[in-house]
Amino acid sequence: MEPESGEAAPPPPCAEPPGSPDVLAFDDDEEDLEVFSKDASLAEANPFSPLIPTSPLSMINHYKFEDEPGLRDLFITVDDPESHITAIETFITYRVATKTSRSEFDSSEYEVRRRYQDFLWLKSRLEEAHPTLIIPPLPEKFIMKGMVERFSEEFIETRRRALQKFLSRIADHPTLTFNEDFKIFLTAQAWELSSHKKQGPGLFSRMGQTVRAVASSVRGGIKNRPEIFMEMNDYMEIFTQKINLLDKISHRIYKEERDYFHEMKEYGPIHTLWSASEEDLVDSLKGVANCIDKCCKATEKRMTGLSENLLPVIHEYVLYSDILMGVLKRRDQIQAELESKVDALSTKKAEKDLLREEIGKLEDKVECANNALKADWDRWKQNMQYDMKSAFTNVAESNLQYYEQCLASWESFLTSQTVDLHLEEDSEDRP
Amino acid sequence: MERSREDGPEPPPLPPEEPAAEQRGRAAAMEDCLLKKIEISVSEAEKRTGRNAVNMQETYTAYLIETRAVESQTEGQCSPVDSLWRRYSEFELLRNYLLVTFPHIVVPPLPEKRAEFVWHKLSADNMDPDFVERRRIGLENFLLRVASHPILCQDKIFYSFLTQEGGWKEMVNETGFQLKLVLELKNPDKRFTELKHYSDELQSVISHLLRVRARVADRLYGVYKVHGNYGRVFSEWSAIEKEMGDGLQSAGHHMDVYSSSIDDILEEEEHYADQLKEYLFYAEALRAVCRKHELMQYDLEMAAQDLTSKKQQCEELATGTVRTFSLKGMTSKLFGQETPEQREAKIKVLEEQIHEGEEQLKSKNLEGRDFVKTAWADIERFKEQKNRDLKEALISYAVMQISMCKKGIQVWTNAKECFSKM
Repeated sequence: MEPESGEAAPPPPCAEPPGSPDVLAFDDDEEDLEVFSKDASLAEANPFSPLIPTSPLSMINHYKFEDEPGLRDLFITVDDPESHITAIETFITYRVATKTSRSEFDSSEYEVRRRYQDFLWLKSRLEEAHPTLIIPPLPEKFIMKGMVERFSEEFIETRRRALQKFLSRIADHPTLTFNEDFKIFLTAQAWELSSHKKQGPGLFSRMGQTVRAVASSVRGGIKNRPEIFMEMNDYMEIFTQKINLLDKISHRIYKEERDYFHEMKEYGPIHTLWSASEEDLVDSLKGVANCIDKCCKATEKRMTGLSENLLPVIHEYVLYSDILMGVLKRRDQIQAELESKVDALSTKKAEKDLLREEIGKLEDKVECANNALKADWDRWKQNMQYDMKSAFTNVAESNLQYYEQCLASWESFLTSQTVDLHLEEDSEDRP
Repeated sequence: MERSREDGPEPPPLPPEEPAAEQRGRAAAMEDCLLKKIEISVSEAEKRTGRNAVNMQETYTAYLIETRAVESQTEGQCSPVDSLWRRYSEFELLRNYLLVTFPHIVVPPLPEKRAEFVWHKLSADNMDPDFVERRRIGLENFLLRVASHPILCQDKIFYSFLTQEGGWKEMVNETGFQLKLVLELKNPDKRFTELKHYSDELQSVISHLLRVRARVADRLYGVYKVHGNYGRVFSEWSAIEKEMGDGLQSAGHHMDVYSSSIDDILEEEEHYADQLKEYLFYAEALRAVCRKHELMQYDLEMAAQDLTSKKQQCEELATGTVRTFSLKGMTSKLFGQETPEQREAKIKVLEEQIHEGEEQLKSKNLEGRDFVKTAWADIERFKEQKNRDLKEALISYAVMQISMCKKGIQVWTNAKECFSKM
């Protein structure tokens, strides 16, 4: 499971573009400016965290329209899993192929090999840089349920698909798509990536921040969680419940369909066997055997549809529900930091000016975080609605096709039988 | 002849030929069946584990048979209860013995060997308490019926089954009844041999089909029912969704409809299963007719053999030549010849027997030919009926499948519409 990074990065300059996608009008420059942090302390920022485009114009050029694939200029595929065996470990690498027309990329095509660890690295970098953005989920490290081996074909394929989804979601995200680490992930050769990874802040410093952040949240929680985030929290609690249930149900349906498929495989041939000892019933029996076989194949297709379309989507949202809870917590922590400083202001006598300055920065930070989350939340909800709608519509369509195929084969069998009956009747009528 | 399925198809009983005295005795005995003397019950069932023939551990159920003498009540005295434990396979052995030993008797049937052909609602487990209880009752019924049958109840093997704990199995096997299961015929009518093979195949394939159909039904039930969970969760989820809510809610309703539609579908399929089951039992009836032919043919061949040997004996006596080695012939050579008068007498007796035998053989032959003629006419009729019935059954199965598909299409079309409104 994706680790909840409760870490609050050193206050990154707030750079997230505001508002929901429908506010992406080219003439909203002024609103954009307000979003920029008054504190341009880039020095504090991690040299590899996203560089703020300093001009609003360049910001505008980077707006993305979610549901208009025609405007996409970055296409990523993940495929070709290959296994590597060393003395210490065995692991799989995937080919990550990128095609782009963006100017900031030196080339229009890239091909690199990445392993799961690299994806984990990318995700944690994005979380660090954007603590209150909804970073897409990665497939789990291990599968606990079901006896799926770590390197079974099924497991690798499921993982490959999820990894591709992960990258394309980042590519589609208005902010994350411009993240520098993301670019490096897509373009750097293996050795380049290793050295880049090493240059980041040490693991321990990050951990230290996590501890501090957790400590601060424990110290008192927050006093005034804004209404909108209360609602989000309530929503997510129930959503988490329901999506987990749907995950279980969908897997159970798959299992039942698979068991049905296995029984059907045995069912058809018995009729063929029977026809060997019934000379007058050969056509009828073989006809039934044939229909059952067709239904069996149709069931297999239906099963595949389920496992390729519905299950991965639902599972992704199960992971998303964890992520969202984490994002809400991180936002709370940022607010908690502010509130603790405000408390300190009222209690401490000395250093009031310094405190006031810090509070100012934190207020910005909180506002930034809130806006970022709000925007991303709306975006997430829209995506979720769309994804669920298509996944379930897909399921319905798949079932329709299944029943239509079965119907067609049984109807043609019936026609053939009744035609025979009529022929027999006719022949009996003849003198 | 009307046959109820519970009793199983059996050939009409033929009264055995017996001298008048015995017939009268038999009539008297009819009033005097075993049940008048003892009470029988199968009172308990118990799970046991043991090792089977191939030394593998197995679990089985043992049944307690209790017997008690029915005595005229003397001062409220209760006679002691004897009991012993038997398992199903021993009941089967007993019944097979009775079938072979009394081929002209309609032997009562045993309850089902396995909880076969049942799906989801009824347990398919032989250890299921309901099944065990039903079987206990069935086994008791079997014993009571045998005990109340005037002829069967007199059988010693049956009596020891009820009363003798150890060594019963050996006793049954010593009767050699298993050898009689397969009669060796010199000239069986090929059609009946084929018919026997056919009925074996029919029984085997229909059993297999019914078993798998039940499993398929079970799985189908599972698929439909799990979808019902969608209904509940969609409804709960729709409560927190503003735009998706309506679509989810109504889709959920259709999932409920889908899930509950399977009950009627499978109920209908049971009728189809019953139609096939009927022909499963018909297979037994066919086998019974074949067996009758076998018995008649066997009888005929034995009679013919007997006649041939008598004729031979006669010839030997008449001509004084010994064509085949016989102990009698040797001893007479060793211990002295018979007188011509003795020989004449013997020849006379033999000639009478030969004459009788030839008459009997003639009538047996006629009987046999008659039997074959009528039986085969009925078998032809049966074949036509079977073909019609099975074809119709398969068509009705197709109709059921079509109806199920159409229902499915409707539900999922509705669901799709709801999803598209999400």
